[in-house]
Amino acid sequence: MIWNNNKETMPIEERRALQGVRLHKLVERVYHSVPFYRAKMQEMNLLPSDINTIDDIVKLPFTTKKDLRDNYPCQLFAVPRSEIVRIHASSGTTGKPTIVGYTRKDLEVWSESIARSLAAFGVTAADTVSVAYGYGLFTGGLGLHYGVERLGATVVPTSTGNTEKHIHLLRDLQISTIACTPSYALHLYEVIIGLGMSISDFNLKIGIFGGEPWTENMRKEIEQKFGIKAYNIYGLSEIMGPGVAHECECQNGTHIIEDHFYPEVIDPETHEVLPDSVQGELVLTTLTKEGIPLLRYCTKDLTALHHGVCACGRTEVTMDRILGRSDDMLIIRGINVFPSQIESVILDMEQFEPQYQIVVDRKNNLDTLEVHVEVKKGYYTDDLNSMMALKKALSAKMKSVLSINADIQFVEPGSIERSQGKSNRVVDKRVLK
Amino acid sequence: MLIKQLSIFLENRAGRAKDVVGHLADNGINILAFTMADRAEFGVLRLIVSDTDKAIRVLTEAGFVTVATDVVSVPCSNATGSLSKLMTLFADSNISIEYMYAVYDDNQARLILRTADMDKCLKLIKDNNLE
Repeated sequence: MIWNNNKETMPIEERRALQGVRLHKLVERVYHSVPFYRAKMQEMNLLPSDINTIDDIVKLPFTTKKDLRDNYPCQLFAVPRSEIVRIHASSGTTGKPTIVGYTRKDLEVWSESIARSLAAFGVTAADTVSVAYGYGLFTGGLGLHYGVERLGATVVPTSTGNTEKHIHLLRDLQISTIACTPSYALHLYEVIIGLGMSISDFNLKIGIFGGEPWTENMRKEIEQKFGIKAYNIYGLSEIMGPGVAHECECQNGTHIIEDHFYPEVIDPETHEVLPDSVQGELVLTTLTKEGIPLLRYCTKDLTALHHGVCACGRTEVTMDRILGRSDDMLIIRGINVFPSQIESVILDMEQFEPQYQIVVDRKNNLDTLEVHVEVKKGYYTDDLNSMMALKKALSAKMKSVLSINADIQFVEPGSIERSQGKSNRVVDKRVLK
Repeated sequence: MLIKQLSIFLENRAGRAKDVVGHLADNGINILAFTMADRAEFGVLRLIVSDTDKAIRVLTEAGFVTVATDVVSVPCSNATGSLSKLMTLFADSNISIEYMYAVYDDNQARLILRTADMDKCLKLIKDNNLE
């Protein structure tokens, strides 16, 4: 089903005209209300009047995660704080999170984007949707939540944490739709079988999966095990949250909601814009955002774009599944984790050597994160209780910075390889089949 | 009597304890008593050896984190009830024991003890002529 026929099936040229008008207004807005963008544009001798059509976007500066960090917490907001009605936060590359603010209109656009996504998956007002993404600062839970309400379906705000309770709700309420990370869905299946239940006890029909990379094989596995249709949803908090792009019933590409989020794919090294079907880094411009509008935000997600008209009727560009990153960000249980965040916690505590190793694995379809550290020689003691207290202290700091638990392992001094680069610090044993 | 114990930090990994005792054997150091304290992913091997200074040098050179720790060695006759009597003395003096292990040597048992307050422990031993 198509939620907003006018926008989703708009003739391509007509949409490009609309994008041009929206881009011009966006540039006017940020030029006058965000000093960071005004300075950047002045440096490039650009005025808002230079940006009139969507093709002019290539003249504009890029925005990076570092720019968000340098302007922490709210210096990129384009409206007074009184107009912000919601704040979310995601992982920054160091201890500081990335803060995003939404106006009332931003939340409306977000809910509309999710409603469009849900409709494309075949969710209707008659469905009940269990939202098993984390509720809180993370955009997954609340983002999906209000989109389900906008569509008129029933939302069950399950959040994360209690798998057995979740399973009982799925069965007892005969919930038709589940939204979670794909690896959590596979874990859920194992727990269901382990509890002696059968999939025929459930009424699941549609799965909405995102938050982490997944493959066609995982889709097939999930669809077979649950007897459902599994769809990809894409988003990132810097741009909005989930609902920036979604699949349709054709399951052959993820449609970008491009009347609000304008996509480009660039070469991550040269920043040159790449043609259709060539893989590069996804860059998104928030055409209509008010709270924290971003020009050409470099997502670090690797994909390729395909323009054309889809069999579903949508004229929106599609992108391939995201299967890689152009930086070292890890996605663990749907949460973004940067090795530099882990490093900053370790370096902040004088008891530890600067050497560390991050081991990520997937056991029973759940991601695990181990951090191996060496205690400095002077801090070793015969007293195991104080060693355990030290471990607990590091664990607690990790949790507060990463928002997920890391299993801290003390290893013998000198046992972690002293390497030059950062890349060897991470061992990711997960295999996406 | 106050003696030095070696505390060696070990990862829980097959062969690590063997490596420690191998180095001691190669250097002619005799092990008089030992115990292994264990947590999920690491352990501390505690040893009383014939030549503590040499053992620290040898193990440190081999890359082991080796800490010398003060412990108390107290004789305990090999007779029913003697350990109970000794423990009663400690309990009555309100000295809490962090860990303890036993060694049997020259037909006599000795206890190796680490307590929260070592000074108080030594005074108790002296006052009661336990040496």
